[in-house]
Amino acid sequence: MSYAKPKEGVQPVTHQWNKITVSDLGFSSPTRLEGGKLFIHIEELTSLLQSDPNIVDVKLAIARPGESVRIIPVKDVIEPRMSLIPDYPVFPGVLSAWDPDANGILSGEIVSLSGMVVTTVGSIVGFQEGLIDMSGPGARYSLFSRKHHLVLDITVKKGTDRHEHEKTVRMAGFKASDYIARSVLNHPLPAGSRETLINPEYPGSPGSPKSAGRSGLPRIAYLYMLQTQGLLHDTYYCGVDVKTMLPRRIVPTEVLFGAIVSGNCVSACDKNTTYHQQNNPIILELLRRHGTDWDFAGCVITNENVTLGDKQRSSTLAAELIASLSPDGVIVSKEGFGNPDADLMMNCSKIETHGIKTVLLTDEFAGQDGASQSLTDTHPKADAIVSTGNANEVVVLPPLEKVIGDDRVITELAGGSSKCLLPDGSVAIELQALIGSTNQLGFERISSRMK
Amino acid sequence: MAKEIERAGIPVAHVCSIITISQTVGANRIVPSVAIPHPLGNPKLPAAEEQELRQNLLKKALDALQTPIEEQTVFS
Amino acid sequence: MTEASRNKKYRIVHYVNQFFGGVGGEEKADIEAFTIQGPQGPGRLFEKLFREENADVEIVATVVCGDSYFADNQENVLRDQIPVIRGYHPDLVVAGPAFNAGRYGMACGAICQALEPLGIPAITAMYKENPGLDQYRKAVLIVESASTVSGMDDAVRKMVRLGVKRLRGEKIESPKAEGCFEQGIRQNYFHEEPAYRRALDMLLRKISGEPFETEYPIPFFDRVEPQPALTDLKGVTIALVTSGGIVPTGNPDHIESSSASKYGKYSLEGLTTLKTKTHQSAHGGYDNTYANEDPNRVLPIDMMRKLEKAMGFKVHPWYYATVGNGTSVDNAQKFAKEIAVELIRDGVQAVILTST
Repeated sequence: MSYAKPKEGVQPVTHQWNKITVSDLGFSSPTRLEGGKLFIHIEELTSLLQSDPNIVDVKLAIARPGESVRIIPVKDVIEPRMSLIPDYPVFPGVLSAWDPDANGILSGEIVSLSGMVVTTVGSIVGFQEGLIDMSGPGARYSLFSRKHHLVLDITVKKGTDRHEHEKTVRMAGFKASDYIARSVLNHPLPAGSRETLINPEYPGSPGSPKSAGRSGLPRIAYLYMLQTQGLLHDTYYCGVDVKTMLPRRIVPTEVLFGAIVSGNCVSACDKNTTYHQQNNPIILELLRRHGTDWDFAGCVITNENVTLGDKQRSSTLAAELIASLSPDGVIVSKEGFGNPDADLMMNCSKIETHGIKTVLLTDEFAGQDGASQSLTDTHPKADAIVSTGNANEVVVLPPLEKVIGDDRVITELAGGSSKCLLPDGSVAIELQALIGSTNQLGFERISSRMK
Repeated sequence: MAKEIERAGIPVAHVCSIITISQTVGANRIVPSVAIPHPLGNPKLPAAEEQELRQNLLKKALDALQTPIEEQTVFS
Repeated sequence: MTEASRNKKYRIVHYVNQFFGGVGGEEKADIEAFTIQGPQGPGRLFEKLFREENADVEIVATVVCGDSYFADNQENVLRDQIPVIRGYHPDLVVAGPAFNAGRYGMACGAICQALEPLGIPAITAMYKENPGLDQYRKAVLIVESASTVSGMDDAVRKMVRLGVKRLRGEKIESPKAEGCFEQGIRQNYFHEEPAYRRALDMLLRKISGEPFETEYPIPFFDRVEPQPALTDLKGVTIALVTSGGIVPTGNPDHIESSSASKYGKYSLEGLTTLKTKTHQSAHGGYDNTYANEDPNRVLPIDMMRKLEKAMGFKVHPWYYATVGNGTSVDNAQKFAKEIAVELIRDGVQAVILTST
């Protein structure tokens, strides 16, 4: 089913999201969904992936919630989805050419396989890939422990440089995700749960009210910061490396289609995997309560750069774009830590200077004992912060029966150390090394407080 | 680190990319550098020019160390 | 809690100074530590109030030490007395209350701090201006007391309530709620609501002008007076220090790529430049491709050598390196202090610190 392109200026971009639940995974031919169980045709998928000359081997494995399994080192996590809108595919600009501004974003339907994810592992590229534990104490910290994983363990050609390695694995994840969605979702579908998400209208866009309509509800905008520090710390919007872009508005539901993908080796705990971007809970909550509890004024994406001048330019422009939406308040989420704290503080202070209230989401690096200052940069105007936890906290993870990937790299991970292996086989490791544990889009419940 | 070494009695020139962080944590003599992955270099430049750039940044740092200051100062 | 543990008789050791130990006032402050079997002074009040809380306790011993003696011989006292206290197999150690007695507060804090890592719960109480508070609050649960002994009853009551919880192995989630000072350390916990929802709630409150509480109050960073400038570079020794993680290839000290717990000290003797083969970046927080290609981009020894010749200063033959990625401010301070001590000893007069 697809929806006709709405007449320009008649209604805001609207997306129906149909979520089909996957409750188990298995291997057999053909790739299909049967009674809630997803079967994958091993040879078909591996040969598709190995058509990339950089890939010499792909091993597939399954991990289920509650199993005694550790997945390490994880590079990306992706939820398979398919767009039912002709000419607007998932992963626009990544798996096909796409310019988000050429014809605008079309309304229509997207279908996702919920409950399962495609997870990429393989030999370590940066220092900052992490682990997912499917059971035990580590499973408390990440939503991924409650997902069924199809794990792609990818070996690249010898001599592939790190940046090429990262790209190869990244693309393999998208291809596999797309393959699964197309194989399964092209067929008549079981009933899923459906919801309709209506995007805000931007001032100046066709059909929008001449002035920002005041409904009496507070107007809330969202500044979505993306990690873009270099080739191993990058994020892509419609296939474009975000560090080469200026801050811009997006149609919030674009994220559902995979318009923002991760190419990021920043610390596991607070990097946004592609799954996190696809399911951004701030965007979804803003959309779901739009018109009831607030007016969602819109979403601006911005980058986190490596030079002071670029940081200043992006924060100035981001603040102006936010101000152009005339919101009363803004949520600002950060990705990564360390010098991005400087971007966060610039964004905060410049937006507050426009007379707009801010709330910031950030994790903390307060030391293993929690006694240190948590952020590398601060600003007096940052008076409303939601903490997503101290990533330096050490957790002891007992050994699990099965390892998918290679757990010998654990001492090299950010958050690990040469001393982290305990005599009984446990590892004492910082939360930093657990994928998504202190995610700054706010998925998790962990926080930190003064004791 | 800059602050603690200075507290102990040695003047420090802090050469760093993101000077706002240096300002927040309280370095006194701050010299802005090129970029986080290459503070004292620029891989886009030919080798000779890159070395000159590095030498100039160091000269700035040495100048900073010879400049009497009353408060936090950025030497750009 | 099981029935058995409820009926258990708990063993407590009490630490007091010479005054509360019944020896005498300031004139007796230099007496050495000694042990009395059973309770002494405020110990009796502790026993009585513990029993009122239905905790069957016995103060098995009281360790007494003069305040000055402790202050002058802290290391020795701890070395001798901690095994003594341990020998009584206490379930809990209470120290003080110390009120606003500075040396007494320091002693109580030190005793408790030494015991906690041994698995022996130890608590104390003092006044908010007692210097022992700032020194030990991070490691020790310190109950807030009045400034003088007139607050004895109240302080002991609060210590007893806290003590009962610790005897029963209850986790102290919020020291403030137990009448203690905040320890000033960040502790993780699971909130009922995910962070994105808390953020939106906070924003609605902030917009409407309702009170809201930030989850991370922005700290105050202190300042240091600038050191006087160098008057001349000639003959001056200048050291290079970096937080950019440049280390000899192989990272011999295993400096962590993030949250570094150490720094390295490496020779620059005879080096005119750094090469990919000999040096690399251990930093995990930035794309270290460029630093690995040419480590001089982070630790600029090549041009330092050139300027050394031209300007007549001397490059210190050692450089110090750590990784500034996710490394706590406390650790960085500790490294810097240690490095500074060595630099001063070695006659270094200025530092160029490079950060990524």
